[in-house]
Amino acid sequence: MTLWLIILRSLRQHALSTVITALSIALAGGLLMSVWVVKEQSQAAFTGVNGGFDAVLGARGSKLQLVLNSIFHLENSPGNVTAADYLDIKKNPGVALAVPIAVGDNYHGYRLVGTIPEMFEQVEYAPGKHYELEPGGRFFDPARKEAVAGSFVAQKMGLKVGDTFHPYHGLIFNEKDQHAETYVVVGVMKPSNTPSDRVIWIPLEGLQKMSGHDPNMATEVSAVLVKLKGGGAAGFRMDMMYNRQGDRLTFAWPIAATMTDLFSKISWFDKVLALVSYLVALVATASILASIYNSMNERRREIAILRALGARRRIIFGAIILEAAAISTLGMLAAFVFYWAIMTGATAVIRAQTGIVLEPFQFNLVMLWAPAALIALGAVAGVVPAVKAYRTDVAGHLVPSS
Amino acid sequence: MPLLDISQLKKTFIAPDGSKHTVINVKNFSLADRAQVALAGESGSGKTTLLHLIAGILKPDSGSVIIAGQEMSALSESQRDRLRATTIGYIFQTFNLLQGYTCLENVLLGMSFGPGADRTFARELLERVGLGNHLKHFPRQLSTGQQQRAAVARALANRPKLVLADEPTGNLDHKNATEALSLIRTACHENGAALLLVSHDREVLAQFETVQELERINQTEMPEEGKT
Repeated sequence: MTLWLIILRSLRQHALSTVITALSIALAGGLLMSVWVVKEQSQAAFTGVNGGFDAVLGARGSKLQLVLNSIFHLENSPGNVTAADYLDIKKNPGVALAVPIAVGDNYHGYRLVGTIPEMFEQVEYAPGKHYELEPGGRFFDPARKEAVAGSFVAQKMGLKVGDTFHPYHGLIFNEKDQHAETYVVVGVMKPSNTPSDRVIWIPLEGLQKMSGHDPNMATEVSAVLVKLKGGGAAGFRMDMMYNRQGDRLTFAWPIAATMTDLFSKISWFDKVLALVSYLVALVATASILASIYNSMNERRREIAILRALGARRRIIFGAIILEAAAISTLGMLAAFVFYWAIMTGATAVIRAQTGIVLEPFQFNLVMLWAPAALIALGAVAGVVPAVKAYRTDVAGHLVPSS
Repeated sequence: MPLLDISQLKKTFIAPDGSKHTVINVKNFSLADRAQVALAGESGSGKTTLLHLIAGILKPDSGSVIIAGQEMSALSESQRDRLRATTIGYIFQTFNLLQGYTCLENVLLGMSFGPGADRTFARELLERVGLGNHLKHFPRQLSTGQQQRAAVARALANRPKLVLADEPTGNLDHKNATEALSLIRTACHENGAALLLVSHDREVLAQFETVQELERINQTEMPEEGKT
């Protein structure tokens, strides 16, 4: 009780420096946890998302670009795949399902993706999960100018069943590039928390034959999403066929490996972010040391009085260490507010940019070890001022003398 | 056996110029259980140093201080702290109340390191010194006289056998000084504590039946400015 009373009173007496120091700890802790969770969850999300497919067939080029373009709806298409190549892979005995997609148009920056009804009828974008529509909607008729809006697009653009819109040419919105065609929204998808939420789905043919598109390429597709039969063996055969023996097309398989490659290439970025977080944590910890150390001169008389009342040196030492740890603990409690703020922003940005939805409140071990580490560091930061307090000359500070 | 028994007690300080100054050189001094004795000494006569040595705040160069049968110099620092917390109450000239703590908390701290915090007894003490309505007041919210009364309550909080009072009325006006002195003596008497008070104030000393001149028992040969 005595120790806590001493600590609480000291925190109250130095309220301003306590609050400022705790806030610096809070910022460091919030940043550290955010960086960690964004890194882990985004890596898990990007390597875990495959849209329900095993591989992507596209024009010769980068596998990463192909996967980003066709699964994550990011980046430009590396080129087109001819109708013959599409039919060819569709008939391949190792292929369970081949779904073509075509890109090249947008609606206010949100991609239009042309595809076939099998995308909605047969694909499980995650185990046991099919794309679903909000009540009152239906999937498009491939013969008509109909569209199904992803949940995020519908929310952002206010699209609902019955609305009409004109597509714009290209993947970047330019109001001068409006197509003449009018599409009617016939369905809004339920959130899938995948990149599909950020696109507007229209019939494949509609995108291929959009006014202004090259009629010579009207049968081509941007990529073919492939679900394999028998897993690895079929994938290996097709990898050999398209990537090693062939030279016109790229077969990105498995999709997760391609994304893992990406994360290993940008792992330095994670390390830099983590390093920055650690440095912020160190600076924040040093601020505990500085704030308590700087107040030691004014505390000496108080320490001398406590010693004169019978407080042992180790009580004074312990009180300073616990005070430092208490500042850290207060900071770490507030760190969760910073974490919430940072993650709310980061989650919104990542969702808007990629369609991936992070779950900031899902338990992560960093939520245990980061507070524990920062509280321990805070306590360690208290050692130097605690030693100073331990050595306080009692008689010399019980002024005045006679 | 006396409560306090001092013999051959010496304390020397080294001045900034390197010379040694013996501030305390007490051959013999004793104080009986429940006795109330005043030590008369002018400023710089070593009064505070003597009290610090008795309380175990300072360690003597030689000699012994025996309190309630325990030889101070034979104890470790931690044991001296413990003895101080359980056996000694200290009243300072400047009260030395902890400014960030309420009256009640100051008194509670006076007992926390020894017998342990006892809120009922702490309240009782403050009521006895007339501060029953000021339990939650901070020292800055009290008058000088009230602060000294709070300091008296704190000094008695650990149910000490010996109360050391260092110029306890030095910062008080005549009326408050008289009241404070009376309070200290009565409170020590009621609590069964012996009192050793040091002062240079002849009016204060005149209140005591037993007054000893510090210069008589402290046989140093040093310039006045060398004493603390």
